[in-house]
Amino acid sequence: MEAGALKRTPLYDAHVEAGAKLVDFSGWEMPVEYAGIRSEHEEVRTGCGVFDVSHMGEVESEGPGAGELLQRLLTNDISELEVGAAIYSCVCREDAGVLDDVFTYRLADKHFLTVTNASNHDKVLAWFERHAGDFDARVSDHLESYAMLAVQGPKAREVVGSLAQGELPARHRIADMNLGTGDALVCGTGYTGEDGVEVLVPPDEAAALWEQLVLAGATPAGLGARDTLRMEVNYCLYGNELSEERTPIEAALDWALVDGSGFIGEERCAEQMREGTEELLAPFVIDGEGIARQGNPVKLGDEAVGEVTSGTLSPSLGKGIGMAYVRTDLAEPGTEVEIDVRGRRRAARIGKRPLYKPAG
Amino acid sequence: MAEASYPDDLRYHPEHDWARIEGDTAVFGVTWFAQDALGEVVFFDPPGLGTEVAKDSTYAEVESVKAVSDVYAPLSGEITEVNEQAKDKPELINTDPYGEGWMVKVELSDPSEAAALLDAESYKKLLDS
Repeated sequence: MEAGALKRTPLYDAHVEAGAKLVDFSGWEMPVEYAGIRSEHEEVRTGCGVFDVSHMGEVESEGPGAGELLQRLLTNDISELEVGAAIYSCVCREDAGVLDDVFTYRLADKHFLTVTNASNHDKVLAWFERHAGDFDARVSDHLESYAMLAVQGPKAREVVGSLAQGELPARHRIADMNLGTGDALVCGTGYTGEDGVEVLVPPDEAAALWEQLVLAGATPAGLGARDTLRMEVNYCLYGNELSEERTPIEAALDWALVDGSGFIGEERCAEQMREGTEELLAPFVIDGEGIARQGNPVKLGDEAVGEVTSGTLSPSLGKGIGMAYVRTDLAEPGTEVEIDVRGRRRAARIGKRPLYKPAG
Repeated sequence: MAEASYPDDLRYHPEHDWARIEGDTAVFGVTWFAQDALGEVVFFDPPGLGTEVAKDSTYAEVESVKAVSDVYAPLSGEITEVNEQAKDKPELINTDPYGEGWMVKVELSDPSEAAALLDAESYKKLLDS
């Protein structure tokens, strides 16, 4: 894709000024790193980092039947979601293949906001629209209405709190607040395993908020660190761990679905929960040399028993880590396997989630 | 090093490798562009001494937090020396790609191959295109 064809967030100029290295991420020109992945990673684990995640999409669902619509579209139990709360779900096809994994916020009794992955936004919006007709609900695209900043780390609440009037929302709660730059929707969510918030603001407010956060002590962090942080705590990334070819059960996301809630894909998930799956997603650690990468085969002797979905050098653990789909009987912590890393066998063992436990 | 640089005394390969040629021997490394694209190098895996390398073929791997990358031989020959310091401190490939971050020293089998490499000006043009 030509550089000129890439979309830019309202923070593009701020990234360039901060010396970011920009890359094409799902059609967006996004900062992959500023000072370096490892130092940004460390900052989020020990202090406070701020990420531009404005490429993520937003879909709002409103109307008398909005709750019922989302109960059908999302794997988690929306009927139990309180106003002002947030919940993680998958969006599945009838055969339980994962269309996206999303956070949904209940803004009001009949008004919801769902945050989509950039690469899936159009697909999810069309899926929501297609089903809205069966319920008394309206679905609308709000990708252009919001910029999104993730402020993460043990000091994130202190940093954001210094700009806020009043208390920040607790984990998995949301609040309308003013952070000194205008209206903001502050959400107690994140993708790093650390405490912190994600903030949705109108695009024209984003640059001022970014500047205020940096002045208050947040370090700009890029998508590179975001990836290593989420891998250490074993969060799924769509396109790596999740796809339409995988179900939430195979991805070990059974905690994000409620059997009996009536979601699309429920029957297949229930069947897999009953009968088990051929493969299961599992985290792994390489204690010796070597860094596994997406696509590397997992081996038991000469037998191929799985494939790596994500792999990196863990900045916190100083070892190669990652996740892989492996034969279900091998997905137990402690199981020893080998990973074929570009022709070299590396001894790996299946680990326990999360591979890294944040200090907080 | 923070700023891009491409010294005039080196010859460049389009796969972002350089050669410092001295008679029948040469030192190989990767260019500023290559290390910048890769990000912080965490692992450098050179071949053993005596390994034959062929022009345009891969001879080593460098790995950053986010990706692994092949290193291409700009010329053919036999490895006579490996930068052990860069194995222990791979960040030298980022901080000093043309100096302490060199990779291997090679006894050239056909020094005339050098005619096919780019000078600094041509390599910079390639990067801009």
